[in-house]
Amino acid sequence: MAKQAQQRVGLLQGTLDMLILRTLLYGPAHGHQIGKHIQRTTNDFLQMQHGSLYPALHRLERRGWVVSKWETAPDRNREFKYYRLTDKGRKQLVVEESQWKQMAEAVARVMWPAAEES
Amino acid sequence: MKWWQIKKREADLERELRSALDLEEEEQRDRGLTPEEARHAALRAFGNPTLIREQTRAIWSWNWLESLARDMRLSLRTLRRTPAFTVIAILVMALGIGANVALFTVVRGVLLKPLPFQDPDRLVMLYESGLHENDTVAYNTVSGGMYAEWKKQNQSFSSLALARGSRVGLSGSGEQLPEKLDSAELSWDLLRTLGVQPALGRDFSQADDGPAASATVLLSWGLWKRRFGGDPAILNQKIYLDAQPYTVIGIMPAWFNFPDSSTQLWTSVYHDRPEEQMTSFSIHMLSVVGRLKPGVSAAQGAADLSLISRRIHDAHLNDPFVFRSASSRPLLDDIVGDIKKPLYVLLEATCCLLLIACLNVANLLVARAAARRKELAIRTALGGGWQRLIRERLLESLLLSAAGGALGLLLAVAALQWLTRIRQDMSRVESIHIDGVVAAYTVGIIVLCALFSGLITAFSASDKRVLSALHEASRSVSGGSARATLRKVLLAIEVGLTMVLLIGAGLLLKSYERLRSADMGCITQNVLTMHLGLPDARYPTPAQRANFFDTLLARVRGLPGVDAAGFVTVAPGQGYWGDWGFTIVEHPPLPLGSGLNANKLWADSKYFASMGIPLLRGRTFDFGKRLDAANEVVISQSFANQYFPGEDPVGKHINALLRHHIAEVVGIVGDTRSVIGEKPLPMMYFPLDAGVETVGTLVVRSSHDVEQYALPVERIVAGMDSDLPISDVLTMDQLLGKSTLDQSFNTTLLVAFATLSLVLAAVGLFGVMSYIVALRTTEIGIRIALGAQREHVMQKMLLDGMRPAVFGLVVGLAASLAAGRLMRDLLYEIKPLDPAVFAAVSATLLAVAAFACIVPAWRASRLDPMQALRAE
Repeated sequence: MAKQAQQRVGLLQGTLDMLILRTLLYGPAHGHQIGKHIQRTTNDFLQMQHGSLYPALHRLERRGWVVSKWETAPDRNREFKYYRLTDKGRKQLVVEESQWKQMAEAVARVMWPAAEES
Repeated sequence: MKWWQIKKREADLERELRSALDLEEEEQRDRGLTPEEARHAALRAFGNPTLIREQTRAIWSWNWLESLARDMRLSLRTLRRTPAFTVIAILVMALGIGANVALFTVVRGVLLKPLPFQDPDRLVMLYESGLHENDTVAYNTVSGGMYAEWKKQNQSFSSLALARGSRVGLSGSGEQLPEKLDSAELSWDLLRTLGVQPALGRDFSQADDGPAASATVLLSWGLWKRRFGGDPAILNQKIYLDAQPYTVIGIMPAWFNFPDSSTQLWTSVYHDRPEEQMTSFSIHMLSVVGRLKPGVSAAQGAADLSLISRRIHDAHLNDPFVFRSASSRPLLDDIVGDIKKPLYVLLEATCCLLLIACLNVANLLVARAAARRKELAIRTALGGGWQRLIRERLLESLLLSAAGGALGLLLAVAALQWLTRIRQDMSRVESIHIDGVVAAYTVGIIVLCALFSGLITAFSASDKRVLSALHEASRSVSGGSARATLRKVLLAIEVGLTMVLLIGAGLLLKSYERLRSADMGCITQNVLTMHLGLPDARYPTPAQRANFFDTLLARVRGLPGVDAAGFVTVAPGQGYWGDWGFTIVEHPPLPLGSGLNANKLWADSKYFASMGIPLLRGRTFDFGKRLDAANEVVISQSFANQYFPGEDPVGKHINALLRHHIAEVVGIVGDTRSVIGEKPLPMMYFPLDAGVETVGTLVVRSSHDVEQYALPVERIVAGMDSDLPISDVLTMDQLLGKSTLDQSFNTTLLVAFATLSLVLAAVGLFGVMSYIVALRTTEIGIRIALGAQREHVMQKMLLDGMRPAVFGLVVGLAASLAAGRLMRDLLYEIKPLDPAVFAAVSATLLAVAAFACIVPAWRASRLDPMQALRAE
């Protein structure tokens, strides 16, 4: 089961979680907003697919990193399911960020050794 | 998670996705598309909503439960694919669990369930002990005088009460025949001590319990229903017991069966027993039930009474039959008696059987796991977790043992029905039921079996060397040897356990045969026994009694076809009757406080000849001496050996404190056994012609079909006294069979268990051998191709198979030494280390093992090398 649920975007595993958590740092948002935000910020480089977004959101909620609540959108007369970062989620974001940084540096050292030396 | 929570979450997800789709659609519309186009674009951008739903749901779903269900389905499917294996495994489990649960139910019903009385833990049975200085603790019945002193002086019991088993003749009335019933004489406070009340009417009162009181009786529920139609009008009516009127004061509840289940009525002991018996310190014939005060232990209670006994003893030094101390044991122990040990032995045997069944199933599972090794290796290679694999194994064995357990429970129900039907004589047989505790026990056993056989298999399969398994599978030469070793070890244990069971069964069987062929000291073929007793009320004088027996015996002997007839208080095999003190006139007086005692019986002069009891010296009673003149006594061989060592007893005189005081020893007869399987006791026979004895057994001997004389004899008795019930009409063979029922029952069961386990062990051996042969097909093929002798191959395979059997046999022998010691008490005239039994069992086991191995070994030696090499 878990395997099927894994994202099929070109993202490294776990990256999507980090991006969602980071996005929520700005404040509560519903799924559509989160997806759109990531897409816009990366200049449409990362095409957010709902097929990975929603399972990811639910996974984060299950782990207690985000909580959700149906709220009326400020600009529309309609309710959306808003996700909000928890304290646990905030800590997790820090952890994932530092891991990602280490990972990126490590990859960089292998890929561009000359740049490192200069 | 509850279903409604799941439902709510589903709706929630639906709404969330819906709103996202709507937003998407809106955005597309904002870009100027028509609503129709916008919706299509939104759906395109959104992707497959069903897939998203499913993927999201997967995050939430209760994973382990779902996968458990899936594993369950998988296991069921695997089991269904191999029906032969499944059926065998379930049957084996069912036998093991069924036998075990049945025995546990019996043990629980008879030994573990508390007695149905108030605070049964505080009820104890009290006995006298220590007839001689430094006697070991014994459980002797109590004298009336001692009971009275205990009751008066003790500090430890809130109450002490009396009970005494007896038999009375209930007179016929109207259409109904007179009959002999088991009864009990109680002191007025016995029912209060137990905490029981009559279902109808009233309990005895203190005023009912005395020599001068009017006679009262309590009826059992069964007797009331059967004999008096369940009519409450019987209360306060009179019935006739041994020709005396008794007023029915109450009916006991249906479940009440004290002191045993055959008791049908209860009378008061101080009314029924002569006063001298109730005040004597030397006539011991009462059972005492005590209720301990709170906080007092049974040992303290017995110690308290012992002090009183000691004082009484010291004050009556001239009476040699006053005991020195008291002993106690729980009332339950007294009621269940000797059945405790055999039941536990049988329960242990079924535990062995269950273990063997588990080992067998484990063995089968290991074989299957071995066959599925490649599949499992591939699954492991593909990332299947080992926990998951173990869980699958466990689940499989759980399914097997659950099915086996369910079937076993049915078997147990059937077995218990059979058992309670044939063992009506067993104490507390009525409290054997399958209840919640038994059900819980069954579930526990099922889980234990599943864990046991599942874990063995799981660990045999959780081999981490995936690659080697994959390699090995491609071309095996001596593959799976580790697994074969595991199976051999399991097998050796199985054979060892089987050995223990077989030895136990062998010992019991031999002991039973010894018991049945034990010399009773008399003729047992074609002898009919029947019990009858003259009511004192109708036969008050010695002359009446002597005349009755004279006439009866003469008429019975006159029946055509009757070879001989006699009358005796208690015939051989009918049980221990009771000791009686005496002195030998010609011997110097014994030191103060010591006395002689022997079984005292009354017999007619032809009794010895009719029973084939040999007259060793002297003669039997003189016909001419009747009533007061009948002052002779015949003694048994062991009496002579014990009390007249090195002298001729004939002509000596015995003072047995009887009415005619002193009797002359006129003859010595051979020993007879009161209880089959026990040593003959010294006996002295006094003449029936003295007219003292009123109760006893009529023995009738004929050359063939002695049973046909039961009716004519009953007719003779009815002709002499129509209100005289005859009971216990049994041939000597039936009588002895009845008294060895326990042993025959235990032996039958244990032999059945042992046979079952032998079959299981043989099947196990056969399975393992076939498996080893299959594993080594290629190797054997190569050997044969290279010129190995077929006999050699066979020999080698046989040896290979016999090794675990022999190993198990040795282990089993060692274990049997311990088990035999456990059974020592159950054996008659053989030692727990009977060499013949050990040899026979070893030989049987080896023969069966060889037989189980020979087929696979033979098949191996017949292998066609070409086919063997092509096999894989």
